[in-house]
Amino acid sequence: MQRIGVFVCWCGSNIAATVDVQQVADELAKEPGVVYSTNYQYMCSQSGQQMIQEAIKEHHLTGIVICSCSPRMHEATFRKTAAAAGLNSYMVEIANIREQCSWIHKNKEEATEKAIILGRAAIAKVHLNAPLTAGESPVVKRALVIGGGIAGIQTALDIADAGFEVDIVEKKPTIGGKMAQIDKTFPTLDCAACILTPKMVDVAQNEKIHIYSYSEVESVKGFVGNFTATIKKKARYVKEDVCTGCGLCTEKCPMKKVPNEFNQMLDNRTAIYIPFAQAVPKVATIDPNACMMLKNGKCGVCSKVCTAGAIDYTQKDEYIEQQYGAIVVATGFNTIKLDNFDEFAYSQSPDVVTSLEFERLMNAAGPTGGTLLRPSDHTHPHTLVFVQCVGSRDISGCGKPYCSKICCMYTAKHAMLCREKYPDTEVYVFYIDVRTPGKNFDEFYRRAVEEYGVHYIKGMVGKVAPKDGKLMVQASDLLANDQLLIEADMVVLATAIEPDESARSIATMLTASMDTNDFFTEAHPKLRPVESPTAGIFLSGVCQGPKDIPETVSQASAAAAKVIGLLVKDKLTCNPCVAESNELMCNGCSACEKVCPYGAITYSDKEFRTPYRTTIMRRVASVNPAVCQGCGACTVACPSGAMDLKGFSTRQIMAEVDAICK
Amino acid sequence: MEKNEKELAQLIQEISGLNPKKCMKCGKCSGACPAFHEMEYHPHQFVDMVDRGDVNRLLESKSIWMCLTCFACVERCPRDVKPANFIEAARLALIRQQGCNHLKDEAVPPLLDEEMPQQAIVSAYRKFKK
Ligand SMILES: Cc1cc2nc3c(=O)[nH]c(=O)nc-3n(C[C@H](O)[C@H](O)[C@H](O)COP(=O)(O)OP(=O)(O)OC[C@H]3O[C@@H](n4cnc5c(N)ncnc54)[C@H](O)[C@@H]3O)c2cc1C
Ligand code: SF4
Ligand code: SF4
Ligand code: SF4
Ligand code: SF4
Repeated sequence: MQRIGVFVCWCGSNIAATVDVQQVADELAKEPGVVYSTNYQYMCSQSGQQMIQEAIKEHHLTGIVICSCSPRMHEATFRKTAAAAGLNSYMVEIANIREQCSWIHKNKEEATEKAIILGRAAIAKVHLNAPLTAGESPVVKRALVIGGGIAGIQTALDIADAGFEVDIVEKKPTIGGKMAQIDKTFPTLDCAACILTPKMVDVAQNEKIHIYSYSEVESVKGFVGNFTATIKKKARYVKEDVCTGCGLCTEKCPMKKVPNEFNQMLDNRTAIYIPFAQAVPKVATIDPNACMMLKNGKCGVCSKVCTAGAIDYTQKDEYIEQQYGAIVVATGFNTIKLDNFDEFAYSQSPDVVTSLEFERLMNAAGPTGGTLLRPSDHTHPHTLVFVQCVGSRDISGCGKPYCSKICCMYTAKHAMLCREKYPDTEVYVFYIDVRTPGKNFDEFYRRAVEEYGVHYIKGMVGKVAPKDGKLMVQASDLLANDQLLIEADMVVLATAIEPDESARSIATMLTASMDTNDFFTEAHPKLRPVESPTAGIFLSGVCQGPKDIPETVSQASAAAAKVIGLLVKDKLTCNPCVAESNELMCNGCSACEKVCPYGAITYSDKEFRTPYRTTIMRRVASVNPAVCQGCGACTVACPSGAMDLKGFSTRQIMAEVDAICK
Repeated sequence: MEKNEKELAQLIQEISGLNPKKCMKCGKCSGACPAFHEMEYHPHQFVDMVDRGDVNRLLESKSIWMCLTCFACVERCPRDVKPANFIEAARLALIRQQGCNHLKDEAVPPLLDEEMPQQAIVSAYRKFKK
């Protein structure tokens, strides 16, 4: 028989205001096996914990029940408390009488009754608890970063700086992400390339960092400290270690009409291409959808002109398997498609552009060499209308319900740069709200208005109609309670952003959770913002939620710190509450293997003794305790009742149910 | 029975079945409305007036009869507010107040002509029944 102690917490008034804690302690004291029962204002406080430890020693307790907040909150705390007093951590049970009782009920009498019942259930469970010992698993001292934008770059640099190996997997031919495409950066207006490319070079030169460019993660298996990833290196038909990046092939390739994604399709590139001059790695890539040689075996010009002999038309996709201790997701974002927003005439007129296209039009390395020209007729625009919140804060189903966070600031930047470079332009910005919290951000926006004379109008554009080479912009001016008609040369849409389209498949691969907008969810919105709830998976950059570069970089470094904190450990303590199969009951049906999300279950043929000194071979399941996360899916799926979860056995759960129904 | 202004605003909300609180005052409706310059009060204002219960001015104004029911505002509103539905509801509320009818039902048949669509007649009579 166990000797059980019960500790009822008031949680200040959080519990005590709705639950009669004294009565709960008194009632639970009458339960079989309970030798000590008390209540206290804050069990989790230093003195509360001390009280528990003293009671364990004094009353020789073999199990304890804490009636308090959710186990998610303080289970770990109380397990440590018990361990320090010499009681096995897994002899501690929590009855959640806060989230599941006091916070959700008003009537004190009923809440008290429920708290007693929840306490009884926990006591019934402790009776069947057995001491468990956590095992250990080794940590592979290498990190994987998925996505090579500024977020992935910064995370990789910081991890490498601490002395650990890092691999960056980037699906495009070069790292750099969106930051490589933008022109100048708010709020200081320094050129994006000038601050980004040195970092890209650092990555390339760092011995600890390996870049898998033009590559994707195919699959991930394993668990924190010991992941195995398969990386698909897509065939680029150019030998990466031989190509010198001279670019001769790109000059000679006859296929010159391939839309250039780096310039947001505003101009063309060749079938063999290097995205931009400072690309890392600076290696050519052949676009298999455009190359004539790959499509119908006719051409081969690049192979003839390449003096290094780097071209290889027979290259195949390559698969690399690698072990990692930690994985960082840094898959970033894209601007949304504007198919649902016909009113802005984006598909009707080339002079209506997205903000990212506008970055390229202003960029010295862009399609117009940095001179702002109308895409339709290459003339200088005089009147520009910027529309904020295009597709953001939209619950109609056409756009995204959230604020994209960066567009107020970059619109101020665009408007300001426009007026600075071309003082003859009239620049209008239509806004719903101007959201510029952040260091020196509001000052920046005010400068656009006060010093650069940008016309900020509170209102929204309702319609853009192309007419005689111009764009007729019909919009409201809410402060003047008027409707305006502006004859504009260009319209720039501050287009909402969304997570990269690969985010959901990556999340599934990593069993990491995401929100309804496909942004990765953090383990705690305030206190654990760079960790995913899945152990060993970390988040960096816009894949977790909209943010600008300063915020992205901070988060990237924070994620790196968490990864380093994991990789410096030689061993990790495993969760001992794992599944276990009873071989005598298992019939080898494979039901459990199919439901296990972590691939922890394997089968083997074993010899079993039967009557009359004979033996038979039977196929039985076994669980790898280092891989099992204790989710319990297999215990429910097993038709023969052979699977059980340590610490949450069927008997324990039934005892709890019985105690509740008594 | 005469309703007070608050009750009227409530009635307009009920008839429309919509929630004016969802409006974020972006003004896209008023940016889209082709009848804007004919109106004294504009689409975003209708929504606001119904929300604040300030509807007498609205019901007395010609604005509500200027709306073309083109649904440009409904189509473009990012918050799914449907300003035109409030306008329609305001018209209905007014009609109901006037002895429930804008016209006496006997007055309707002479007004009908060959070209009037069936649907318009049906929908007009449906309003009488309310
Ligand atoms: C028009 C515009 C202007 C801006 N101007 C500014 C500014 O002036 N100042 C400022 O601070 N911020 C600005 N920003 C915001 C800035 O671009 C972002 O904060 C920053 O780029 C976020 O970096 P990231 O690494 O998280 O994402 P990204 O830059 O999107 O990088 C993600 C990378 O991951 C790769 N990737 C995605 N999925 C996978 C996958 N499955 N496998 C492998 N690789 C993958 C992508 O190819 C990409 O290279 C602007 C944004 C826009 C749209
Ligand atoms: S072989 Fe392909 S990539 Fe090379 S030059 Fe010809 S079309 Fe261009
Ligand atoms: S950042 Fe500004 S422009 Fe962008 S969605 Fe938010 S409020 Fe709209
Ligand atoms: S468009 Fe919708 S959200 Fe915007 S002001 Fe009009 S009703 Fe309100
Ligand atoms: S439905 Fe009426 S209020 Fe709405 S846009 Fe058309 S005319 Fe204007």
